[in-house]
This record gives sequence, C-alpha cells and structure tokens, in this order.
Amino acid sequence: MIELRNISKTFKVHRRNAGFKEAAKALFKREYEIVQALDDISFSIKEGEMVGYIGPNGAGKSSTIKIMGGILTPDGGTCNINNRTPWNDRVNHVREIGVVFGQRSQLWWDVPVIDSYELLKDIYKIPDKIYRDNLNNLSTLLNIENIIKTPARQLSLGQRMRCEIVASVLHNPRILFLDEPTIGLDAVSKLAVRDFIKTINEEKKTTVILTTHDMQDIDALTKRIILIGRGKILLDGTLDDLKEQYKDASSLDEMVVRLYEAYKI
Amino acid sequence: MKKYMSFFKIRFINNLQYRAAAYAGIATQFFWGFMEILVFAAFYKSNADAFPMKFQELSSYIWLQQSTIALFFMWSLDSDLLAMITSGGVAYELCRPMDLYNMWYTKNMASRTSNAMLRCVPILFIATLLPKPYGLIMPTDINLFILFIISIILAFLVVISFCMIIYAISFFTVSSMGIRLLSASMAEFFTGAVIPLPFLPEKIFKVISLLPWASMQNVPFRIYSGNLRGNEAIYTILLQVFWVLTLTAIGKLLLNRGLKKVVIQGG
Repeated sequence: MIELRNISKTFKVHRRNAGFKEAAKALFKREYEIVQALDDISFSIKEGEMVGYIGPNGAGKSSTIKIMGGILTPDGGTCNINNRTPWNDRVNHVREIGVVFGQRSQLWWDVPVIDSYELLKDIYKIPDKIYRDNLNNLSTLLNIENIIKTPARQLSLGQRMRCEIVASVLHNPRILFLDEPTIGLDAVSKLAVRDFIKTINEEKKTTVILTTHDMQDIDALTKRIILIGRGKILLDGTLDDLKEQYKDASSLDEMVVRLYEAYKI
Repeated sequence: MKKYMSFFKIRFINNLQYRAAAYAGIATQFFWGFMEILVFAAFYKSNADAFPMKFQELSSYIWLQQSTIALFFMWSLDSDLLAMITSGGVAYELCRPMDLYNMWYTKNMASRTSNAMLRCVPILFIATLLPKPYGLIMPTDINLFILFIISIILAFLVVISFCMIIYAISFFTVSSMGIRLLSASMAEFFTGAVIPLPFLPEKIFKVISLLPWASMQNVPFRIYSGNLRGNEAIYTILLQVFWVLTLTAIGKLLLNRGLKKVVIQGG
C-alpha cells in the first residue's frame, strides 16, 4: 500500500548566461532559481497493482520515485508506504523495496555479476534456499545464465540491464520501482524485460511502479496510468479510457503527443 | 556484521584485479624510498648529531612508509565514491538497508588494505636484505612491537575517518577537486610524509603533534623505529584514540546532514 499526500519538493538551480564574463561574475554573485519539481502530488496505489507513471522529461517522475524510495526528503507532504515514512525509516523501508534506475548501474564494474549478487544476498540477509531458487528462476526468465560469470564491464547494455533487474528483485521486494528500465534496449531485451515484469507482478503479487517514455511498455504492462507534468498530477486513469478518448490517433505515441498538448506540457 | 564482511570481501576482490597498478606501485615506492635514504645519507654525513632521529631509525621509518603507502596516503581517495557523489550514483547506495557511513567506511578499509597487501610484502622483503644502516631492522623489544601493531591500526582508522569527512563535504560542493587538493597538500606536510615530524623545529613540532594528521603514520613508524617509546608512546596512542572518535563523530554528523539535503545529480 502506497499513499502520497500533498508531496512537494523544490530544487535550487544555478543560472547564468553563456560566456566568460558571466562565469566570472557568477564567482561573486550566484543567481538561483527555485524550481518546483513536485507540486502537491497525491495518489495511492494498492498492493499488487501495476502502474505506469508517465510524463515528459523533467516532469518530476524520477523525483517522485526517489521520494518513495527514501532517497530524497520532500519539502512538505506525507508519504506512507507499508506503514512507514520512507525518508524517516530508510533502512527498514528499503528492505522491502527493489529499485531499478535505467540510467545507473548497481553492479560492481570489475568483478563477475555473480559476485555482486552474492553481496546483495548478504546485504539483504536472503536465506540460502530463497536466494538459490530466485537466482535460478530469474536467470532463466531473463536468460542470463551464461553471462553472470562475466564482469559487468564486458556486458552489452541489454545484457547488463537484465542483470540489473535480477539484482533488484533477488530479495523478493514487495514493491518494485522501475525508472526507465527499457531505455536503450533492443527489441529482444525489451520483450524479455516486459515478460519478466508481467510474471513477477502476477506470480509474486509485487506492486510495480514503472516510469518510461516507451508507450509500448505501458501498453503491454499496465492498465492504470498516472500522468505528471511540471510537477503536478494531471491525470490518473486507465489506458483504455485514454485510448477511447483519442480514438482517431494513429499510434500510441501520437496519442501521448496530443495528450501532452492538451495539458500544455 | 556479516554484510560488512561481504562488502570488505567484494571490494578486496575487486582491487586484486589491478595487478599492473600494483607492480608499478612497488617499483615507484622502492625507487622513492631509495632516493630518500640517499638524500638523507648525504645530510647525515656532514653532521649526524644535528638530527633528531638516528640514521637507522630514519631508514626503518622510510621503508615502512613506502611499503604501507596505500594504507596511509591521503591523496588516494576512493574515486568510485567521489564519482558516485558527483554523478548521482549514490541513489543506489541509499537503496540498501545499511548505514551509509559504515558501508563506505568498510569499503575504504577494504580498498586500502587490499592495495597495501599487494604492495608491502616485496618492499619489506627487499628492505630487510639491505645492509645496515640503510635497510629495515626488526624491532628487538616485543612490547614495542605490540604498541606498534596497536598504533598502526589506530593510525589506519584515523586516516579513514578523516577521508570520510572529505566524502561528506563532497555532498555540499559541486566538484570535490578543491577539498581534495586542500586536504592532500595539508596532509602531505602535517602527517610527516615529506619529512618525519621530529625534524621540524621543536615548538612547531609540539603544536603539530596534537593535530589529527600527527596521529596517522607518524605514530606507528616512530614507535617501530624506536624513536617514540615509553610513556610518551602510550600518551600518543591515547591521542590517536581521541582522534578516531572525534573524526568519526564529525564525519557521521556531516554525512547525515548531507543526506538530508542531498540532491541526486543528473536526473
């Protein structure tokens, strides 16, 4: 159970014009601009639900994920995930969640992937049997049996991403946050990742929150979508309703473009 | 505790992969130690009584310093951690059910000990074979040796606690370059890395001895070489304990502050 109430977060952003003179001036006087990254965000997600969290670049998707993951502290509002406030009780909270940041890596770069997994096993205190079962199932599901003995630096992006995803769910998290998990992947890896997300949601009843720019991901996986733009929740509904509303759009991508236009984001 | 051991293990394995760096390090350190001893030998030839350490003490000091350089040198910060802070990779570290300070402390301990273990044995071995008074001599007194072991561990902890403060400060600045340069150049002088601290004028030496830097390599090397003994050695070890506790407390405070206002860089 995830419940966000009136969450807001601002960032200070440094601004200056181009050029040497401006850079020199900035040494003495910095100009800041306060950017409202999240503005009064509220939604709730039930256990076992799968939700697509979409919006243009810079809308606040990743910030929301980071707040729900206990990494960022918001300026105001409350967040209740499994009866805890993530940023106040970070260590206990993160035991029950899994996170994949599509643009970052959690694997140790110079050692075989399996060493990273062994470390996670100890960090999360995963019992031997569960660890072995999970590793077997997951590596078959994502087809990585042959690559887990290779150092992470020698894997292709697609191979590495599949290994990253396995790393995030070895400890049977109740909630899985996926921040652009299919970014830069080829068709084969994309399908494998989608199948995997579907399976884990159905079989283990893992709650999944997925951000992506790939509407095929959303279409293949989620019923419910939450649209965020300029830090505000603009829409919380089902994909089918949207499809109905934009019946004449020729593709999902066109539908999203028109949706963004309608909300001026 | 087990998770910290595993952390130690993986960081250790990770570092063992860099063999070429270890060979290069051994060659550099050996050469450097040799040059330093030659320079000091020239000074001692003109008037050996003008110096606060005996030449043999100095040789032992230099060889220990060169062989354990990976344990104590302040310019060797963990570049993975710094990159993580500046690029936002720290997000994943915060997703782990562990205290960030302890986790990074363990990482640092592991990378320094693994680097040192790869490098120290060959240098120590060759240094013991060198003729007197140019080589490394074994300590004769068992009590002194025990004090040496205690103080080398404490010195190691002081170094890591100090580095943790630098990592924590990196959370507040855009680039960690400035703070690293400042800390490295101050440390180079105040730890006795350039010249052993007893060579400084007595008044300056007395003040510097109280600073955290003097609780690093200075103590174990001088105890080993016999320059620091008796009550004075015990008192200096107590000062080391004080600095470990103080620096750790400051580091924890700063890191927790930094995390509260952390901005994960790069989206």
